[in-house]
Amino acid sequence: MPRALTNARSLSQILRSRRFRTLAIFATVLGGALLSSSPAMANCCQIKAGGSPNANSIHTLYNIVFGIAIFVFLAVDGVLIYCVFKFRANKYPHPLQTHGNTKVELGLTASAALILVILAVATFVELPSIINPPNSDTGAASVLSASLTAPEPPSGKSLTVCVTARQFIWRYTYGAQCNLSSWADRLPYSYQEMEVPSGVTVDLVIQSIDVIHSWWIPRLGGKVDAVPGFTTYTWFKALHAGQTYLGQCAQLCGREHAFMTAEVKVVTPVQYTSWLNRQAVLIADQNYQVPELRAELIKDQQLTSNGIF
Amino acid sequence: MSTTELRRPIPQLLTDHIDKPRTTKKWLDWVTTTDHKKIGIMYLVLTFVFFIMGGTEALMIRSQLAVPNNTLISGEHYNMLITLHGTTMIFLFVVPVMAGFGNYFVPLMIGARDMAFPRLNALSFWLLALGGIVFYMTLFWKPPEAGWWSYPPLSSIQYSTSGGQDAWIFLIHLTGISSLVGAINFYVTIVNMRAPGMTWGRMPLFVWSILIYAVLLIIALPVIAAAVTMLLTDRHFGTHFFDPTFHGSPVLWENLFWFFGHPEVYIMILPGFGMISEVLPVFARKPIFGYKAIAASTIVIAFLSALVWAHHLFTAPLPVVVLGFFMLSSFLIGIPTGVKIFNWVGTLWRGSLVMTASLYWAIGFIFIFLIGGITGIFLAVFPVDWELNDTYFVVAHFHYVLMGGAVFSIMAGIYYWYPKMTGRLCSERLGKASFWVSFIGFNMTFFVQHALGLSGMPRRIYTYQPGLGWSTYNLISTIGSYILAIGLLMSFINFARSYKTGKIAGPDPWKANTLEWFTTSPPPVNNFDEIPYVRSVEPMKDIRREIEINTGVIPDYAGAEQFTRAPH
Repeated sequence: MPRALTNARSLSQILRSRRFRTLAIFATVLGGALLSSSPAMANCCQIKAGGSPNANSIHTLYNIVFGIAIFVFLAVDGVLIYCVFKFRANKYPHPLQTHGNTKVELGLTASAALILVILAVATFVELPSIINPPNSDTGAASVLSASLTAPEPPSGKSLTVCVTARQFIWRYTYGAQCNLSSWADRLPYSYQEMEVPSGVTVDLVIQSIDVIHSWWIPRLGGKVDAVPGFTTYTWFKALHAGQTYLGQCAQLCGREHAFMTAEVKVVTPVQYTSWLNRQAVLIADQNYQVPELRAELIKDQQLTSNGIF
Repeated sequence: MSTTELRRPIPQLLTDHIDKPRTTKKWLDWVTTTDHKKIGIMYLVLTFVFFIMGGTEALMIRSQLAVPNNTLISGEHYNMLITLHGTTMIFLFVVPVMAGFGNYFVPLMIGARDMAFPRLNALSFWLLALGGIVFYMTLFWKPPEAGWWSYPPLSSIQYSTSGGQDAWIFLIHLTGISSLVGAINFYVTIVNMRAPGMTWGRMPLFVWSILIYAVLLIIALPVIAAAVTMLLTDRHFGTHFFDPTFHGSPVLWENLFWFFGHPEVYIMILPGFGMISEVLPVFARKPIFGYKAIAASTIVIAFLSALVWAHHLFTAPLPVVVLGFFMLSSFLIGIPTGVKIFNWVGTLWRGSLVMTASLYWAIGFIFIFLIGGITGIFLAVFPVDWELNDTYFVVAHFHYVLMGGAVFSIMAGIYYWYPKMTGRLCSERLGKASFWVSFIGFNMTFFVQHALGLSGMPRRIYTYQPGLGWSTYNLISTIGSYILAIGLLMSFINFARSYKTGKIAGPDPWKANTLEWFTTSPPPVNNFDEIPYVRSVEPMKDIRREIEINTGVIPDYAGAEQFTRAPH
């Protein structure tokens, strides 16, 4: 009992001490500065989101984890730092010769378990909105087609884009069944920059033709590996037309991994349709020009008849 | 009754002669030795050489990333550097440095005169050295560049044509056999050669952690040995285990690699946990809080560590139900890890802290490891991991666990055991200064990397564009890495200088708890003339008490009293 009293007294002494006050003021200023300036907060401590509902759900889940993390960090490291300042040999010469305390031990273990149960529940509550695509907005129906591939929105209609990875560029093929090679050649495609309509659920069919890559546009949701021999799927529904989202390959794929970038340009459904048509015309035009050019080069003897320099 | 087991309290002082040495040539003695202490020292020196090499590679990586669009290092050389850095730190530093500590201290702590198989022990050291040589010889032609995971097809013959990848495979084989031989040796030693009276419940926690380290190595290493053999036959002998064009599966490699890779994480950190569990009670001047809980949590962590590997594959083609399972199993591992942290803080609570350099590093370890543990929970939540996987957030996380966790505990261990190994004390002042510089440098380097990952910077890119919000963080991180290097260098200088000039330590400068402090510093070849009977988990405390009771004198601690002045 007397020892408990000494402790209480010294605790209040610590709370009144100059060192503690300095620390407290420093912590408050730092924390306040971080919390009040939300752009700084968003830059340092938040997941990138805002482009698509799945990214936003991941962001919500992240915030739950983040809150609990801050609490655990402050609680445990707080006690640790308190111990370091309080229980110095010169101030606290009589160590408590205890071997443990089963009740405290079990209590702390149970509370750790409880935190993890909360996190697991939160994850499974948020999960459907992250993995299940919603319907596209009404008014965007013109660009939709039925997709044979998972995942499907409830209406069964979405825009399918095949993402094909290779060292060190992304190719996008637009239209259902784009992963069937017999179809892929006839569909419009683009490299590096993907054009998508806003308000439309876009199903991505992701494949790789050489090494493992990873598709990732931070603001449009999580990443998905492109593994040769496998087809993986993800989706997004771009919320804001006029935005361009940047991303890049997230799995080491070779020497120029750093330059395997991707862009997703969000336009209105009407702009998207006209872009798609224009792209189809351009591709057809070039497909026509290439054999002509080749014939010309062979004639000039810059190429052999096999097409080799 | 209580004194009968101890007829000669400090028998080492009675050692009056040493047998004629086997050879007069010093280097020949080192090369041919089977003495666990000499092998332990060679392990520590060699692994620290590799640590310095891996650290130099890290500084080159950070220098390249200091500013956007940097052209200091090309993409090719950058990939070589990250492969060298990761492989060196894991296979040539952290895993074997723990074997070095284990070699030196396990026999001493359990009251044995050597390891169970001294010649196997020498074999495991020389295999490690050979593995390191095979790997670093690639510097003279082409180092591997597929990263330390070496995911096929990038590591296949089509995409990694150079022999560097094969050197990597042989490094895994050689260090793997080295660790397996060592692990069996530790296991047999600990199970069979404990001092009389040292039941499982009286075994030092460091010895517990080395026992579990050995078991994990025995479980995990055959898997990676098989996997790299398959990779080797894929590359050169026409098999197609991982080749998708012949219906092989790169995901098979990912599973095999991480089935080894995750237990490997605990192989690297559990002995560190053990050292912290030794250091804290000594300098808090009170018994470890919850001995049984710490020992049990080590076993539980080891068991769970074999069930969590797929949390490295959350973005790979796996069904959601599998991801859910691995999220929950990864959560579970947080509980025994949490138990350890509670018990360490519990050990400090109402202790009487003697603030030595070793304790600084140990407390720094708890502070940093907690952050690494918390960010691990972020990554275990698989939808969140979809955003964070393969970014700098992950880099920050595992450096908090391995650099801040394992390395800080290694430093705590070295400051704690240096007097035992060399017979001399380190400079405490320089040790503490080194701690503060390293601690600040470490957090500068790696704390901002969380922010880098959150703002979308993938790992392993050799350069980046300005205007993405990454430039400032990267610059801070690079400056931090140099500060960290200076901090660690201060400790290396400390160790080198104190070897000749440090104050003589005497057998037990810290008034510690375990049997290695029963013998002289450094210990004689046979460790103990007489092995005391062990009656608790703190045999030295019992012995000191008996001496004091029997003689009425508090023994002289040879100039080291300043650390042990805590009143009784």
